[in-house]
Amino acid sequence: MAFDIGLATLVLGVAAWTIAARDTFAAVIGFVAFGLLLALVWVRVAAPDVALAEAALGSGLTGGLLLSASSRLAHTNGSAVIEKPSAIMRLAAALFCTLMSAALAAIVLLLPEPAPTLAPQAAANLAATGLGNPVTAVLMAYRAIDTLLEVVVLLLALAGTWSLAPDHLWGGLPGRGDPVDRGGVLTFDAQLLVPIGILVGIHIFWVGSVAPGGEFQGATILAAMWILAMMTGLVDAPGVSGRWLRLALVVGPAVFLAYPESHAKLVILTIEVPVTLSIAATLALLVAGPPNRALK
Amino acid sequence: MSDATLYGVLGAVLVGLGLFGLIVHPQPLRKILAFNLIGGGVFLLFGVVARRGASAGLGGDPVPQALVITGLVVAFAATALAVALLLRLFQETGRATLRSDDSPP
Repeated sequence: MAFDIGLATLVLGVAAWTIAARDTFAAVIGFVAFGLLLALVWVRVAAPDVALAEAALGSGLTGGLLLSASSRLAHTNGSAVIEKPSAIMRLAAALFCTLMSAALAAIVLLLPEPAPTLAPQAAANLAATGLGNPVTAVLMAYRAIDTLLEVVVLLLALAGTWSLAPDHLWGGLPGRGDPVDRGGVLTFDAQLLVPIGILVGIHIFWVGSVAPGGEFQGATILAAMWILAMMTGLVDAPGVSGRWLRLALVVGPAVFLAYPESHAKLVILTIEVPVTLSIAATLALLVAGPPNRALK
Repeated sequence: MSDATLYGVLGAVLVGLGLFGLIVHPQPLRKILAFNLIGGGVFLLFGVVARRGASAGLGGDPVPQALVITGLVVAFAATALAVALLLRLFQETGRATLRSDDSPP
């Protein structure tokens, strides 16, 4: 209990920092730390699958995305001072948000006892799916349609991001095209880390059927490795109208549509492989952003 | 107070904190950041509901846990789209503000 109180205090402190910090860059750093601490909280509430997703996606990829955006917008901070709301407005907002928190906390304290749960049903039908991880069973068998729609949402977000490209760059390459730190420590690091990271990503995906892990967590690690390789110039970003790239992006949702009635483990794993590939490609390209350079 | 309740209250406070940032920060990037903080709080509330539903040998109800994983992925997609919109706005106007152009700077 003492550990939990300490952890909750720490999470709260870092969260307050991300809101209160003057510098946007510092706030984003705080957000990354917040995500990692929150992953610890997820372990404490017995949700290791979510902890992995929070650390990889919530803290890692989102943090990287916001860091690169904050460095590109660094010299726009000046106008913020003029636009800052008045003291009365801020006081009213603080009051409103305190009430909001108090209402939510009251709901938490007044939750019904015993708590409603689907855990017994999920556990009882686990044998029929052949899977050992109930969270993967929910994602890939019981609520598979939700997961399909989620993959489609990712694809739509990518279509939206790409559509922000200026007309003459359509079909071009995302990113700036000048590798950071060529031949430096980061490049060396990437050369060492990327092969290991790919193995870790595949492992996290593979063990997801019986242990904490799964296609989203594994795909996020794979995406991070691709982003690292693109950042350091080990590989160049793909042109967004490339046929193979488009195929890799849609193969996951397409295979998902052919989902058969049986929930055998082999079927689920066969579907998960292209889904993982598509999610990894989509996540990496979401971080890379819209096309920014003409195709060579 | 049990561990789950403690983290539930933490989730509630995070939502309020994020909402405050969303309202008072004029910079769009700070708003996106605050929005993610709200998300973290809401997901944590889900986690607490899952933890309270622990039974049948499982540490928590897997259904809300799976929902949170779905939510995390969708929140990332929304964040990426918002950042792309913001950077395009900056590219087009040279400014990163939500104020309309006719108001005095």
